[in-house]
Amino acid sequence: MFARPPDPDAPDGVPVTIDGVPFHARAGDSVAAALLAAGTIAFRTSAIGGAPRGPYCLMGTCFECLVEIDGVPNRQACTTRVAPGMRIAIQRGAARVAPAP
Amino acid sequence: MTIDVAVVGAGPAGLAAAARCARAGLATSLFDEQDSPGGQIYRGITEAPPARVDRLGAGYAAGREAVDAFRATTAAYVPNASVWSIRALPDATIELGVSTRASGASAAAPVTHMVRARAAILATGAQERPFPIPGWTLPGAMSVGGAQILLKTADLVPQGRVVLAGGGPLLWLAAGQLMDAGATIAALIETVPRGRMRQALTFAPAFLASRYFRHGLEFARRVRRRTRVVEFVESLAAVGVARVETLHYTSGGRSHEIAVDHLLLHQGVVPSVDLAGAAGCALRWNDVHACFEPAVDMWGGTTVASLFVTGDGAGIAGAEAAAARGALTGLAVANVLGRIDHRERDRAAAQLRRTLADAQRGRHFFDVLYRPADAFRVPTGETLACRCEEVTAQAVVDAARAGCTGPNQAKAWLRCGMGPCQGRYCALTVTELIARTRGVPPAEVGTYRHRFPVKPLTLAELASLPATPAATAAVVRD
Repeated sequence: MFARPPDPDAPDGVPVTIDGVPFHARAGDSVAAALLAAGTIAFRTSAIGGAPRGPYCLMGTCFECLVEIDGVPNRQACTTRVAPGMRIAIQRGAARVAPAP
Repeated sequence: MTIDVAVVGAGPAGLAAAARCARAGLATSLFDEQDSPGGQIYRGITEAPPARVDRLGAGYAAGREAVDAFRATTAAYVPNASVWSIRALPDATIELGVSTRASGASAAAPVTHMVRARAAILATGAQERPFPIPGWTLPGAMSVGGAQILLKTADLVPQGRVVLAGGGPLLWLAAGQLMDAGATIAALIETVPRGRMRQALTFAPAFLASRYFRHGLEFARRVRRRTRVVEFVESLAAVGVARVETLHYTSGGRSHEIAVDHLLLHQGVVPSVDLAGAAGCALRWNDVHACFEPAVDMWGGTTVASLFVTGDGAGIAGAEAAAARGALTGLAVANVLGRIDHRERDRAAAQLRRTLADAQRGRHFFDVLYRPADAFRVPTGETLACRCEEVTAQAVVDAARAGCTGPNQAKAWLRCGMGPCQGRYCALTVTELIARTRGVPPAEVGTYRHRFPVKPLTLAELASLPATPAATAAVVRD
């Protein structure tokens, strides 16, 4: 688990859903920070062996934090900021090819 | 779009280089993968509330000055910019492929364009060295740098039993920062081999008297007072079912274990060489740092005309040195592009070289002290060398025994290095595994050939590039 002091300036935060469950992220959070703040530590299962994986580098180089964002798989959670209404989903195994937006 | 100078990366080196170029009157754009300047060392500095900056210390606060100096110039800052290609054109200009994504707008497609510059400066910095131990892929095992970024950008503090393991100045710095932020560090497990301190000091006796050494000792003492430090650890293994639960380690030949909720790993940093390598810059093996780095001259000039590499991306020397190196490279580019003559360049460089020498005092001490032991660079057995494609160390060794001569052949045999990270977290490991097995130096084995796109790119992004009539004619049938 990760914790942080409450933010008095923005008590309401940014509403997102994580696997369909509503969660209030903090403005400016990366998707990775939001998931960790929500208590999610495994972001996906690996493409080859199906093993659970979580974020490792948090700076866009390791690609361990790939999740589905608004229906688009393989998005880097650590380099994407949360936006109101964003739908975040844990990714299982190899992602299918994304449909054209 | 044609500009004078394209700079890639907004850490201390990139900020300093871009500022120098702009001040010399060159049309300069700085392309940054992050959405605010500072690189990793000063990550989030422009948005950090004062309390956070205080907590993270003076080394972090210094980033404000670096960003302000850059912002005071005419250099353009391009955030959220992923540079996926760089090549030298026959007329010695540089062409960059860049995708930019509007911040927050998750569904918005990135805008892709080609940028042409009279010169380019890569200031792509460093990444943490791969630290392949059993269980390093388990959720809950994270790099120390990653935990620091969560602290710097989101005030997130790991809860429960936090264990830091590995070696390097950053391990101690992060331990202090995490404790100051309220984390409970159950232990700091150090993998620096016994006797290494003495060896390092014989290389740099003068360093004993320097303020860097005193500060370092003081800082380490402060950490030691507040947490348990285990030294001279010879092996590590993270164990757990769905996440890391226990860290096993051996020290003095005896096995121990410690329960963990968060395992933070660090084994130093290495240059990010993917763009430089893909652009065709010669890379060389640095045996003290145990990594490849671009071959550069004293200004950051590479083996490719008009292409420069500066800061930690050209060889690890730290943030203070990076700022000086970036400024030196900026001067060199201003000279090459005809804005200042040799005399002016050298005059301005003299002070920067003194700053650089001062910043590098004691660097050799750290290099020797913290060169990771073999056991933490060259894994064995079922330990994953390649995280993405899940290729074990044994598989790489077996391939080398069967005649696989180098990392590029290993890709075809095993798929190692062919996952989404594009080899960033296995290249050094695979090189050293093959070199060991073959009984040759790593330089002879080489590294993965870096290819474009060096960052993932969708076909839609590529297709959105404007096509010349000739290019269209080449693929369209009547």
